[in-house]
Amino acid sequence: MDAIIIQILNGLDKGSAYALIALGLTLIFGTLGVVNFAHGALFMIGAFCAVTMQKLLTLSTQTIDPEKVDFLGKPLVVDTPYVVNWFGPETGAAIIDWAVPLAILLAIPVMILIGFVMERGLIKHFYKRAHADQILVTFGLAIVLQEIIKYFYGANPIPSPAPAVFRGSLDFGVWIGFEANQIIYPYWRLVYFAFSAVIIGGVFAFLQFTTFGMVVRAGMADRETVGILGIDIDKRFTLMFGLAAAVAGVAGVMYVPILSPNYNMGMDFLVLSFVVVVVGGMGSLPGAVLAGFLLGILQSFASMNEIKSLIPGIDQIIIYLVAIIILLTRPRGLMGRKGVMEG
Amino acid sequence: MSKSTYSRRRVLKSGALSGAALAMPTIFTASSASAFTNEPTGDTVTFGFNVPQTGAYAEEGLDELRAQELAVEHINGIGDGGMLNTFSSKALDGTGLMGKRVTFVTGDTQTKSDVARATAQSMIQKDGVIMINGGSSSGVAVAVQGLCQEAGIIFMAGLTHSNDTTGKDRKANGFRHFFNAYMSGAALAPVLGNAYGADRRAYHLTADYTWGWTQEESIVASTEALGWTTTNKVMTPVGAGDFSSYIAPVLNSGADVLILNHYGADMVNSLTQAVQFGLRDKQVNGKTFEIVVPLYSELMAAGAGANIQGVYGSMNWNWQLQDAGTQAFVRSFGEKFGFPPSNAAHTCYVQTLLYADAVARAGSFNPCAVAEALEDLEFDGMGNGPTTYRGADHQCFKDVLVMKGAESPTSAYDTLEIVEITPRAQVEYDPEHPMFTGGALGECNPGA
Amino acid sequence: MLKLDRKDTLLLVIVALMTLAAPIILNPFPTGSALAQFNAGYPDLMQRFVIYGIFAIGFNILFGLTGYLSFGHAAFLGVGSYSAVWMFKLLSMNVLPAIVFSVIIAGLFAVVIGYVSLRRSGIYFSILTLAFAQMSFNMAYSVLTPITNGETGLQLTLNDPRILDGARAATGLPVTNLFGFEMRSTAHLDIAGWGFDFSVGYYLSAVIMLLAFYLSMRIFRSPFGLMLRAIKSNQNRLSYTGLNARPYTLAAFVISGMYAGLAGGLLAAMDPLAGAERMQWTASGEVVLMTILGGAGTLIGPVLGAGFIKYFENIFSKINDSILHQWFSFMPDGIEDFLVTLVHPFIGKGWHLTLGLLFMAVVIFLPGGLVEGGQRIGRLFRRNKAGDTASPATTPAE
Repeated sequence: MDAIIIQILNGLDKGSAYALIALGLTLIFGTLGVVNFAHGALFMIGAFCAVTMQKLLTLSTQTIDPEKVDFLGKPLVVDTPYVVNWFGPETGAAIIDWAVPLAILLAIPVMILIGFVMERGLIKHFYKRAHADQILVTFGLAIVLQEIIKYFYGANPIPSPAPAVFRGSLDFGVWIGFEANQIIYPYWRLVYFAFSAVIIGGVFAFLQFTTFGMVVRAGMADRETVGILGIDIDKRFTLMFGLAAAVAGVAGVMYVPILSPNYNMGMDFLVLSFVVVVVGGMGSLPGAVLAGFLLGILQSFASMNEIKSLIPGIDQIIIYLVAIIILLTRPRGLMGRKGVMEG
Repeated sequence: MSKSTYSRRRVLKSGALSGAALAMPTIFTASSASAFTNEPTGDTVTFGFNVPQTGAYAEEGLDELRAQELAVEHINGIGDGGMLNTFSSKALDGTGLMGKRVTFVTGDTQTKSDVARATAQSMIQKDGVIMINGGSSSGVAVAVQGLCQEAGIIFMAGLTHSNDTTGKDRKANGFRHFFNAYMSGAALAPVLGNAYGADRRAYHLTADYTWGWTQEESIVASTEALGWTTTNKVMTPVGAGDFSSYIAPVLNSGADVLILNHYGADMVNSLTQAVQFGLRDKQVNGKTFEIVVPLYSELMAAGAGANIQGVYGSMNWNWQLQDAGTQAFVRSFGEKFGFPPSNAAHTCYVQTLLYADAVARAGSFNPCAVAEALEDLEFDGMGNGPTTYRGADHQCFKDVLVMKGAESPTSAYDTLEIVEITPRAQVEYDPEHPMFTGGALGECNPGA
Repeated sequence: MLKLDRKDTLLLVIVALMTLAAPIILNPFPTGSALAQFNAGYPDLMQRFVIYGIFAIGFNILFGLTGYLSFGHAAFLGVGSYSAVWMFKLLSMNVLPAIVFSVIIAGLFAVVIGYVSLRRSGIYFSILTLAFAQMSFNMAYSVLTPITNGETGLQLTLNDPRILDGARAATGLPVTNLFGFEMRSTAHLDIAGWGFDFSVGYYLSAVIMLLAFYLSMRIFRSPFGLMLRAIKSNQNRLSYTGLNARPYTLAAFVISGMYAGLAGGLLAAMDPLAGAERMQWTASGEVVLMTILGGAGTLIGPVLGAGFIKYFENIFSKINDSILHQWFSFMPDGIEDFLVTLVHPFIGKGWHLTLGLLFMAVVIFLPGGLVEGGQRIGRLFRRNKAGDTASPATTPAE
């Protein structure tokens, strides 16, 4: 029982990452009709916003400590971050400690800007082109973005810890009648889950309750009519692209304490998030979220030793197996609309 | 593309015709021309450095390249000579190799066996390399070693830790300077016994591929010999990213040690997440829960940050060693690049020098002569103390380092500290040890 | 001739001539010169050109004609390779049974996967094929190691049975051959500084590629091909006429799967090793890129795309800084260093960047792929000829 509860928590946590990426992918796809293979790269850039924030906060003055020597026997150069100089050692260290959450402030404008530039500069010209062309050009872009990040940050994973208050685990079990230490779960993963719930809820509320969202939803359903009504749907779609990029970006920022960022991480998520989107059904936002959580939880269950000993290697193929079963029993995934991307 | 090659072909045809008129074409098949593959004929000899330059191990590969470049400089007499000053053999005098200047070509293995074979092929067929050095994965090492055996050149294996490289997949044309999973187990177990006691229950998380399996096998054998029990052995997919569903069951399994048979980004993530789950703060069976990472590298340590503090592991070599050879190498590497070399870099550097030295001593580039000069070679002055290249399986034997994550590192480079230099005698094994059987060296192949 | 019209025959003849002369065409620079780095005329790479050409030609029969975008074709390539290596291990080092076997096994896989996946269309089909391929890859990498030898890749060993080859002196590994002609044996020709390699393996692959190319031409021009195109343009309308499209798409799927198996078998015949990475989604993506890059739906496009990508993977990744310094050594020191720093991000470890930029450039400026580029240049030439007999010295860059 305790094992199952922990695996559900793990699944929800994995699922929130899948759902956030799939949500952005579906937004772009649903509004613009574009298959964006660079979406994983946007997630990755979000993660590197966190790394950049860390770097910015630890920008340092260099002083030479004549007492100590470095590995070549030369006097040791000591780095003191500016924030430590400005705010004193304790406040300074605390600010650096909070680099990851603070990076959201950096990521939102950066990601929206990248989204705008991508849409206006490149994607715009591909609305009328074949999906295959869209795949090729966004895949090319993804490689370029990756390589730029690699050029500046290298290929090694970069440690990006959560703030100290979130380290360690919450003893979850005692609340629901288990013994102490039986069901514990890391604070940061709970934070990530809550965070993604807020983002997902926010996006839905935005589309449901604002005029802007209403117009966009109308545009998703029937672009031409909305255009005839005299509404500048293009501008709104650009904004939607920015929004989708920002969702992917903040998903990446908050994920770095769980997965140390490296330049290749976007590609790992790309394939999975496409599977999630398609299982959810093309063009359906609730479908994407549902499929994200479903696949996350199933994957966690499949990783349990009891199930692995029954079917060896099941944890490596479960996502694909479930995808096949769902697509064969439900032709348009869980909640897909008819006629979207079927041709 | 079609158009351009077409017109170029016409240009070429006329060029080739006039060329043929000027010089008698020399037509020969490779077999009748030279005694062995890629016999160097001009005033240079070419080495091939085949390392990952893209993908997860790119940084390690680039560090290997730096070291190999340095080794070539030292052979050619550029720079301060590095380990040539401390090496016990004096056959290399810094004037190139047998009167030829050493040059090199580089390739990107992408850490994929297939791609690595292709780049190695291109080095052999196009660039005429006489040996291939480097790499950062056992799968790649075994695949390229097989190719070099068939093509008839020498392969020096780079970073490869699987028992198979010099075990069931050993080849006459291949040599490995790096240590292996068995040695890691033999060196680590006594230290772990001293630190954590002889009554421990270990839980293994293992990367689901050949290297992971051989390491798991080795560590299980050596820790059980110590008196530990093994609670569970769980395979994890390579590149899983999120290991939470594998780590969570450890909590209530009754185990009090977690052994992570992971490498690279997998190890960084699984260790980070295990610490996040609070494993190291737990008390199980009245003991503090511990984590062990049998194979360490500097880059993984850098990637895992503070999470490795106090975690035990093993290494082939470390720049903090105090012997003269290490110091000479660290000085010349550090002066040139500004930071200390990794143990992957050290391996590739040493292998380049050892190959060159073997050529010089054999007086021939013929791979069979070189292999003979390397077999059962005893030397010193390359770090790790007195060292042997065993002829029976082409595995190198030397002291092995047991490392621990430093509690308070002073710079980005001393995140690991040396706990013990395990003497060579403790990690030696029989060439027909059960973990290493199932293959044969075969005979040296000079190719051509 | 060969039941082809004049234009197609001309294309086939040109392709045949270029393929057969490839060892010369691809080595345009003298061996000793600085530009020799760009020579691609060595056996291994030429073999890859034509083998991946076969792979892409086959993929194009499915994607170019029916519009069904499979994201799992690498699975068939991998299966083909594994089958071939197993034949080398068990039966004989002769490549013929191995290649035949790999085509058959890949065909069987394609029947099963195609039958299931073709129940859906569009992106749902793509994801189904992707799922099957990723499952194959993950299993081959780990659980199926007894059959695939996992990460290391399936290799020959000294104690394989090889029942048809009989007893041999077990000194070294045997070599793949076709009735005694060893795949790796190469004739080398030196002419005034140029060096050319003519290898048995390459010519076998090249001949098979030409046959595959001819077959795809016939398929393109056949009533069957027409039917496939009809499926692409409007499947609904087709079903209204009472035709069931499924058997046709399944046939196309299986044919392209067998092409992939053939390519996989040939890869193993040239170099008897089968690695699991051959089945990974990146490998499936690669053949999609090759086809689109060259020009989906055109006859020659996929081959060009295959050559383009393999060229970058093998040539650009091998250029390093010391080679750059060599190239620019005639410049003054400051400018030399500046140029090297400028070019440095794009070569060696940065070859992916160049590839990504080229993908984007091609798809932005040449919507029809490289074939369209060729056509544009062709038109330019014709215009030149019509206006003035200007010399065609402006050889376009590759």
